[in-house]
Order: sequence, then structure tokens, then C-alpha cells
Amino acid sequence: MAILKNFKQFIVDTVGMMLRGSRTYYAWVGFLLLLIMIGGIAYAGQLNHGLIVTNMRDQVSWGFYIGNFTFLVGVAAASIMLVIPAYIYDWAPIKEITILGEMLAVTALIMCLGFVMVDIGRPDRFWHIMPLVGRLNWPASMLAWDVIVLNLYLLLNWFVVTYLLFSSYLEKHYNKKIVLPLVLLSIPMAVSIHTVTAYLYNGLAARPFWNSAILAPRFLASAFCSGPAVLLILLQVLRKTTRLKITDEAIFKIAELMAYTMGFNLFLTAAESFKELYSGTEHMVYFQYLLFGLEKNGTHYNTLVPFAWASIITGFVAFLLFLIPKTRTNWITLNIGCVLIYSSVYIEKGMGLIIPGLTPDALGEIFVYTPSFTEIAVAAGIFSLGALVFTVMLKAAVPMMLGEFTLSSGLKGKSHEEPVGPA
Amino acid sequence: MMDQAPLQPPASDECASTSCGGGGRREFLGTAVAAVAAALTGCKTHSKEEFLQHNFQELSKDEVLSVIARLEKEYKAKYGKEVKVATTPPIPGVIFGYALDLSRCIGCRRCVYACVKENNQSRDPQIHWIRVLELDKEEGVNLQHADQYYDPAEVPREGHFYMPVQCQQCKKPPCVKVCPVGATWRDKDGITVVDYNWCIGCRYCMAACPYGARHFNWGEPNLPADEVNPTTHYLGNRPRPKGVVEKCTFCVQRTRKGLYPACVEICPTGSRKFGNLLDKDSEIRYILENKRVFKLKEDLNTQPNFFYFYGV
Repeated sequence: MAILKNFKQFIVDTVGMMLRGSRTYYAWVGFLLLLIMIGGIAYAGQLNHGLIVTNMRDQVSWGFYIGNFTFLVGVAAASIMLVIPAYIYDWAPIKEITILGEMLAVTALIMCLGFVMVDIGRPDRFWHIMPLVGRLNWPASMLAWDVIVLNLYLLLNWFVVTYLLFSSYLEKHYNKKIVLPLVLLSIPMAVSIHTVTAYLYNGLAARPFWNSAILAPRFLASAFCSGPAVLLILLQVLRKTTRLKITDEAIFKIAELMAYTMGFNLFLTAAESFKELYSGTEHMVYFQYLLFGLEKNGTHYNTLVPFAWASIITGFVAFLLFLIPKTRTNWITLNIGCVLIYSSVYIEKGMGLIIPGLTPDALGEIFVYTPSFTEIAVAAGIFSLGALVFTVMLKAAVPMMLGEFTLSSGLKGKSHEEPVGPA
Repeated sequence: MMDQAPLQPPASDECASTSCGGGGRREFLGTAVAAVAAALTGCKTHSKEEFLQHNFQELSKDEVLSVIARLEKEYKAKYGKEVKVATTPPIPGVIFGYALDLSRCIGCRRCVYACVKENNQSRDPQIHWIRVLELDKEEGVNLQHADQYYDPAEVPREGHFYMPVQCQQCKKPPCVKVCPVGATWRDKDGITVVDYNWCIGCRYCMAACPYGARHFNWGEPNLPADEVNPTTHYLGNRPRPKGVVEKCTFCVQRTRKGLYPACVEICPTGSRKFGNLLDKDSEIRYILENKRVFKLKEDLNTQPNFFYFYGV
């Protein structure tokens, strides 16, 4: 029972640690809370009036919310990018930072579930989708599969993160027999969450843009570009603002791996574009709408065109920056590359995936969709919620990882007067 | 006249003995979840009874009766008149089929508005279960050239033909397959129905439907009290709440009583044919056997029970 008592103390101390910090910390948390509040107010309006306050309609029945959901599933899946080299090849420099990847996965998954919740018309009926109490249409519905794998992946990562931190809090080495199998399990789980999310679209014969055999591979390839890009920037911020030691070697290794996945991602995009544009069947209209715009009844519809090309060009430039060792190991070009690839995938796996999938609609109508103010405010609220979750997790986790915040030291910290955390 | 029996045999007994490990637990979990959800969402507009209602296919006979009584009371309070909610089950030995004569249809859209009137669709925003496409004769059935917002002084327009599209009542409905909660299913008479009290509004079915046949209540449906059709079916034309999906049911409230769908009755050109596919002597069977018939998007293998044909 000592363990329960210690765990209770761990929770109390963790919460205590999250609540205290520097002025910058409070300002940042306050800023996020403000954005969450704005999102919350916008969502209250949506609950009140219905999804009519979004710009989605029957023709384009999914939009910004589901686009963000899809993108963030990729970010969550990409944490294995760090786990594979760390544990399979036992590559020490990355090992310490895998826990950061797992925390990022937890954060991304919370945002994913948030985006699904705000997208459904009857959130009061969410229990219908819960196994046992509701009526989950499993295995027929891919959405039922997605609910299962996303929640399992969330639990798995949450458990591993908590266990690792609890061990350092107790100043004990974690039990490899517990951690290693779970970490290894998280690899196929990460692949599965993004595969199932791809299958969600992939299985719809009604939407030829999604009904492509390489959709799931493309999802994975692009996720392994955008997820690590977030991490690379994060790692640099962390080693500047905390005493966490992250070697250049680890960062450059991740960047090198990203060059491969980015090249592969471009190749898959090219393969898909070739098949559609060269064969030129009637299914080409969706690609046409995305890349060149469509003409109908005298109107030219090209809302997506600048975004589509921006995504392709930034993706290609980022690939070059990561491929060339000189630019990969230069902090400025590396960070530019990270921003470029992040934007590229955000467009490609967000709006660039959802909107041309649904435009023209099933009966050939072109409905121009752009998110409404409510959609943008709610999305900003969810992203801020994610940032807040990640911030407070780091606030407690970093000193634990450094061995400065333990059961014996409590909130005072071990070797330093002030608790250490991100700014 | 109106049969109050549930459409499916109650599954609760079977459930208690197999997967759920005891009827009590499921109920308990449901109540617990309800309490949490009510606290989280602050939903006061829905009664606890409505909140806890299970999927229509799982309800016992008594539960169905109490649900119907509750709904009728609710509608009476809302619209100030008696609204009857039937649960008429499929007629044994009947599978409904529909055939539409493209050579006769003139694109007058009378079917569109007869459907709205019969089926209690929202008037603002307007929801249309039938959409009539204007197509170029030169292009044939090419949906990329379809226009559903045509507005000439007179129809039919020179050089065009008209193709009404509604739910095709597929034998292999993709919308049913994808629904994460089993809120929509294909009944024994071949009609795909929606339980508006179980739908969570995720709109996956809308993405899956190749015919644009599913429509979402983006806002609170606006149905003026004096326009309410009071003869309704639980799975058909009863007034719908906000945030759920709806679709054509071949007027299940009429056809299960032996009446034609509203769109068939109103059509001034006789383009619309309806009947029992299992009845060898029916008009629909005659058409299938003697006319040039095609199915919309046949390559998707959804196997519609809705056929287009050229009568002349």
C-alpha cells in the first residue's frame, strides 16, 4: 500500500508543480486559457444553434474540424519516429527524449478527440459510441475501429509516460520488463491509428479522391514528416529554457530520418498524381479542383489552388533542406525546413484532403467551403487546450526527468532552489 | 390500422444472457453515463428518458410504447395538434422497388415539394430529399454537367433532360456499413431507415453515400405547425431534432399501409413507378423485364432498388 500512498503524493506534487512557476509561465498559461475561453464561447454558440454556424453543408459535410483531426492523428502517430531508433537500435542520444514524443502523442490525441467531439451534431449522445453501454458498430464501421485504436493508443502512451515519470519521482530505475514491451507495442499501435484513420476515408467508394490504395501509406509518410518537425523545434526550445540535455547528434539524427520520409512522401504524392492525371478518367475532377480549379456554368472555382501549390512547393523545398547535410545541420535552415514541412503537411492532410474529397459532391455540385469564424475560434481553442496540456505536463515532467523533482525533495527541488520548468 | 409492434424482435433478453453479462449492469452504466454527460453538457432541454433511450432495434414492445407516447406528447406540446407516430413493421413478402422514366420526366419538381410536405422536412433551412438534376442531352448522364438549381421560365428546356435523384435504397448500402453506432439499417422491405433518436450526427453516412441522399439538420428544423403532416412513422416522417441525419424512406408511413409514396402520386407525367419487387405481376417487374433499365453509379456495386428507364 506504500505504492498507493506514494502515487497519491506523486499526483499531489505534480499538480502543485503545475500550478507554480515564473511570471512567463503564468503569462503563457493565461494566454492559452484566454484562447480556450474564446473557443469555449464559440462552441457554446454552436451547441445552441447547431452546426449551422459552421460553413459546412450537405455538399461539404466535413470541413476544418475533421481536417485538423486527421492532421493531428498523424502527429500522434509520429512519436514512434523517435521510439524506433531509440529502442530497436538502442541508440542512446534519442532514448531520453522518447518520453517527450510520447507526451506529444498524448497531447495530439486529446486534440483529436476534441475535434471529433466538436464535429458531431449530438455530443449529448456520445455514450452511443461507447462499447458495452452504447452500440458500437464494430467491425463494420471504420469509425468504430478508430474510436477503439485512438483510445487504446492514448491510454498506452499515458500509462508509459506516467510510469516512467513516477519511477524517476521515486528515484528508481524503471522496470525494463514493463516498459520495453509497451514501447514496442506502441510502434504497431501508432501505425494502426493512422492506418485506420486513412481507411476511414479510403473505404468510401463514393469519394474517388480518397478511394486510393496508397492513401494509408501516404498518411504514414506525411505524418513522419510533420510529427518530428514539431518535435525538433520543441527540443531546441526545451534545451534553451530548461536544464534538459539534448545533444545536437540526436536532433540531426531525427532530421536525417525525416529527409528519407519526406522523399518517400513526395514520391507517393507524385505516384498518385501521375495515376490520376495521366489516365485522366472522370475521377480526375477532384485532383483538378485541388490543383488547377474547375470551370462550371461559366464560373471558375479555384479556392484550393494556391494552398495546394504552396503545400507542394514548401514540401519540396523542405525536402531539399533536410536532404543536404549542410542545410540539415545549420540551425536556421533546419528550422525553416521544419516550418515549411509542417505547413506543407498541415495543408495536405487537413483541408487539402477533406475538401477535394467532397468537391465536386456526389451529384457533381461544386460547393465552395471556407471555415466560418466559429470553426476557426473553436479550432484555436482546441489547439490552445493541447498546448496547455503539453505545457503543464512538461512543467512537471522536465524536473522529474532531470532527477530534481522527487518524492524526497518534494516541490522544493533537489539541487536547485527554484523548480525547473519550461518558460 | 396502425400496428404498434416493434419492427424487430426485442434483443434485450439475448443481450442479458450473452455479451453484456447481466441486464442490470448495462442499465446501471447507462444511468451513470447519463449523469456524467448531463453534468458535462449541461443539457436540460432533453428529458432523462429521452437521453437514456436505446437504439430502436433493441427496444422491447413496452419500451416502444412508452417512447411513442412520449414523442406524441412532445409533438402535441410543440405543434399544438395530435401527431400520430406509427411503428408499422415491414409487410412480409414485400421488397419495394422504384423505377423512374427519364423519357417522361419534365423536371417540374412537383415531386420535390410533395415530398417536403408529406415528410415534414425543415422549411428553413430547406431540406429536399429529392433533387432534380438538369442534364445536357449531348452529355448524357454525366453528373459533372448536372445542374440542380435550374430556373427557366418553363420546363423542359430545349436540349436538356431531367433526372430526379433520391435515396436509391441500395441492397448493399454503404451508409449503413459506416455508421459507427448502428443508427441506420436496412429493414426487411428493403428500406434504409434512420433512428433519429440514436444518430450522433457524425455525418460519416453522408460521406459514404454516392447519391447525396442523406441530409443533415444543420440547424433547428423549422416546421410551421400548420404545415405538419400528423400521420407519421417513427422511422420516417416524424419531426426530426437538430443535429441528426435524415433521408428518403419511400414514404415508409404510407407504403407500409399499401399507399404509394407522395412523389409517385404527385407526378403529372407518370414518370414514377413503384411496387413490390417480389410480386411477379407488379408494374415494377414489368418495367424491369421489358424496358431499357439502368442503375445510377452501377460500378460502385451498391445495388440500388431504384431504377432509371427509358419508357419511350
